Amino acid sequence: MATNSALMGFVHRRRRGAELFLLVLALIVGIGAYAAVGLGVDGEVPTNLIGYGGWLTLLVVAAHIAVRIVAPYADPVLLPVVAALNGLGLAIIHRIDLAKDTGLASQQLTWMTLGVVLFVATLIVLPDHRLLARFTYTSGLTAIALLILPMIPGLGTQINGARIWISLGPFSFQPGEIAKVLLVITFAGYLVVHRDALALAGRRVVFVDLPRGRDLGPILMMWVVSLGILVLQRDLGSSLLFFGLFLVMLYVATERPGWLVVGALLFFGGAAVAFRIFSHVQSRVDIWLDPFADADGSGYQLVQALYGFAWGGLVGRGLGEGMPQRVPYVESDFILAAVGEELGLTAVMAVLLLYGLVVERALRAALISRDGFGKLVATGLAAVFALQVFVVIGGVTRLIPLTGLTTPFLSYGGSSLVANWVIIAILLRISDQARRPLPDLAADEAEDPDDQATQVVKVMPEWR
Amino acid sequence: MNKPIRAVSIFCMFLFLALMANVTYVQFWKSDDYNTDPRNARVAEASYSRERGQILVGEKPVAESKKSDDRYKYLRVYPEAGSRMFAPVTGYLQLGSQTGIERSQNAVLTGEDPQLFVTRLVDLLKGETAQGGNVVLTLDADAQKAAFEGLRDTLGPRGEGSVVAIQPKTGRVLAMASYPSYDPNELATHDSAKASEAYQALDADEREPLLNRALRTRLFPGSTFKLVTAAAAIEDGKYHASDDVPAGASYQPPGTTHQIGNDGRSRCSPEKISFATAMEWSCNTTFAQLAVEVGPEKMREQAEAFGFNSTSLLDLQGQVPSVYPTGVDVPDDEGGGTRELSLAETAQTGIGQNTVQSTPLQMAMVTAAIANQGKLMRPYLVEKVQTAGFNVLRTTEPETLNESAVSAATAGELTQLLEATVADGTASPAAIPDVRVAGKTGTAQRGDSLCSAGGKPPYAWFVSFAPAEDAEVAVAVMIEEAPDRACNEIAGGQLGGPIAKAVMEAVLEK
Repeated sequence: MATNSALMGFVHRRRRGAELFLLVLALIVGIGAYAAVGLGVDGEVPTNLIGYGGWLTLLVVAAHIAVRIVAPYADPVLLPVVAALNGLGLAIIHRIDLAKDTGLASQQLTWMTLGVVLFVATLIVLPDHRLLARFTYTSGLTAIALLILPMIPGLGTQINGARIWISLGPFSFQPGEIAKVLLVITFAGYLVVHRDALALAGRRVVFVDLPRGRDLGPILMMWVVSLGILVLQRDLGSSLLFFGLFLVMLYVATERPGWLVVGALLFFGGAAVAFRIFSHVQSRVDIWLDPFADADGSGYQLVQALYGFAWGGLVGRGLGEGMPQRVPYVESDFILAAVGEELGLTAVMAVLLLYGLVVERALRAALISRDGFGKLVATGLAAVFALQVFVVIGGVTRLIPLTGLTTPFLSYGGSSLVANWVIIAILLRISDQARRPLPDLAADEAEDPDDQATQVVKVMPEWR
Repeated sequence: MNKPIRAVSIFCMFLFLALMANVTYVQFWKSDDYNTDPRNARVAEASYSRERGQILVGEKPVAESKKSDDRYKYLRVYPEAGSRMFAPVTGYLQLGSQTGIERSQNAVLTGEDPQLFVTRLVDLLKGETAQGGNVVLTLDADAQKAAFEGLRDTLGPRGEGSVVAIQPKTGRVLAMASYPSYDPNELATHDSAKASEAYQALDADEREPLLNRALRTRLFPGSTFKLVTAAAAIEDGKYHASDDVPAGASYQPPGTTHQIGNDGRSRCSPEKISFATAMEWSCNTTFAQLAVEVGPEKMREQAEAFGFNSTSLLDLQGQVPSVYPTGVDVPDDEGGGTRELSLAETAQTGIGQNTVQSTPLQMAMVTAAIANQGKLMRPYLVEKVQTAGFNVLRTTEPETLNESAVSAATAGELTQLLEATVADGTASPAAIPDVRVAGKTGTAQRGDSLCSAGGKPPYAWFVSFAPAEDAEVAVAVMIEEAPDRACNEIAGGQLGGPIAKAVMEAVLEK
């Protein structure tokens, strides 16, 4: 016991009370914004404010209670942050609904409900994240199947040139969003087993250890898959996301920057070839370089978004006082332009900080996680999140060429929202495992064997 | 694995910092640029939704916002009586674009100008929608009317031309007319299909009704440029108004076989004539020789002192600089680069040919500077900026562009010569009883042959100011096309003189 407490003298506090307090703040943001939209557009508080606010509160409280019961040591910041983002997203979508006379906000609320249900289910079904390691290859195959689905005639739908949707009756679904989570699990499961082989020193070229030729297999395969997505589905964003994700996880697993060099070369090589061959890649780059060259044609969307951001200035026009509907697809990829226009730079900064917090908390969970698989999954999810935010927000603010991805938790879109709630559930599970005090093994020997068995199984099913 | 995870954290931090820096750039640094971009329909749409200030001439609005009950709250209206007359100055307000004063004074008219901050604050506290401020123009309604109707009636329905009148002492633009013009109401309509149809029709019209010729059309100034040549010769001390100057039936400048003649004006034929006679009869042989004697550098210096090779008008966008050539391109196979004008070329610039080009505004500035004892004032169109409640916020102070474009003495001598030109010479159509008028005609040959030889009709110019002893108005008239007039009728004095006279009378009758 003495050795244990010396080793693990620090015990994380549960901090569920702090989480609840932060959740109240998140609800104030979400419901307050919803009320402000009504005031700004119609001059009165929306009539369904009570019902809407009540439902949002119910969802958030349900999530909180689930965490309290099944993951009591989970990180207390993640849930409030995503609740705030989701609430703000709903209010903005409601705002766009009023401008465009659509009804997307209520659909999005339904998707959020499904997301929270899956969030709770994930936490309950998954008492230990290492269970996921069993599904390394299953999830890999499923991910590839999901990615291929939109290519099947009759099932897949092409929207805005990208073939990444499947339609089932009235529902359309973006399987790539789910594949994202599955790929993280696959990579983590694969890398945690093969990391030693991949980490073997190869040739050393100018301060950088390059990997052995035969170990290049997986990275080349991933490169081909990413290029396949780019070529066959014309989905620049997902292609970049998957490849970047794989590189980061490979680097973290092997601790060898050489992989980054190889990966970067492959990426730029592929990008250069894609730029030369595919007109849609070229036109994206052209728009990025000078959106005003064809301000009424190909550059229209980006130009309108930039005007929107500028129109908002530092503090925004106020909810309901701008013209976000001028930006095509403002409710999905370009939702940040609506935030920027009506709530200003201040709110955009706040949103970016919230995203930054999610990434930071995920990486923190990775750092303190006690097993390699958990570290890799948490890092992978953090990387997916960070890359997606960078690619989409960088695209709409003209930092990088536009690629087309959803803004996590803000954008309208069921698949994305549900997948992101599951990501948060997995992150909470990993952080719960990491922050949970170690079972006192020294004390176990002295105690009743029955108690010991019960206790160890309950807390750490596979811990040895 | 923690070391690479830390590296990944730092990488992610940089990603987020890059996003934050970029969004700050877009929303803070670039926002003014985007928010004043005329292609930004957001800005125009917002300005359609609130009461935009008036543009006034005297006390009458030439552009105002009226309540409308379609999808925007206010419609921009240009009162029928003067809509075409004032269009080159007011411009038009359209969803997504503005021109003219509507564009250059947009901040005042929308109420976003910092000068209107207090008014805006008061409106905000009172719970009223902020109203835009008013812009009062320097234009004189009667002079503008005389200029526009003069062009319309003289040139005929297919004509093209422009008139600019300036108050010499201040630089206030009293008239700025361009013909043909357009009705801005057709473009400001909220029916976007109609508006764009109207725009396309105007844009496709060969006569370019949307063009403000006063500051955008440059033509050979022809003999009106002899004011500049004479100014350079007198400033240089070579001649005085009372001296005799070289003339002749024809003149062959050094280094060329090309002859410069006087188009049959026999008074120019003696070898020596008085300076007054040379000006009265616009003797090409005289002014070509003066230009050669002064030399290209001093000619250019004098032209630039009057404002050539630069722009001066701040209140409207799009002024093109008038040109006195700064050099001649040398072909690449002869070494490339540019060289100074040859004497033969200088001789041609002296009579407003070669590559000398001027806008009507520029010739009005030359005339105004001579009328104002050599002092060149910056032309301006915005007299005052007012709040919506007509309280004056700012009155434009006249600004001197060149304290002495020519000396007061030179200006006085030039005035004598120009007065004689109206009294006894080619500029007589501008004479006003009991008023001393100074003026000069210009008929600039286009192409190589004259009317009589079946050539294109010339460009006709007329510049004048009055009263000569203490000028209140200086006018420049430019006639680009008058296909309804016979070719040999198109001459500065015959067509331009009466228009200039009408504009001067309109100002002087006050």
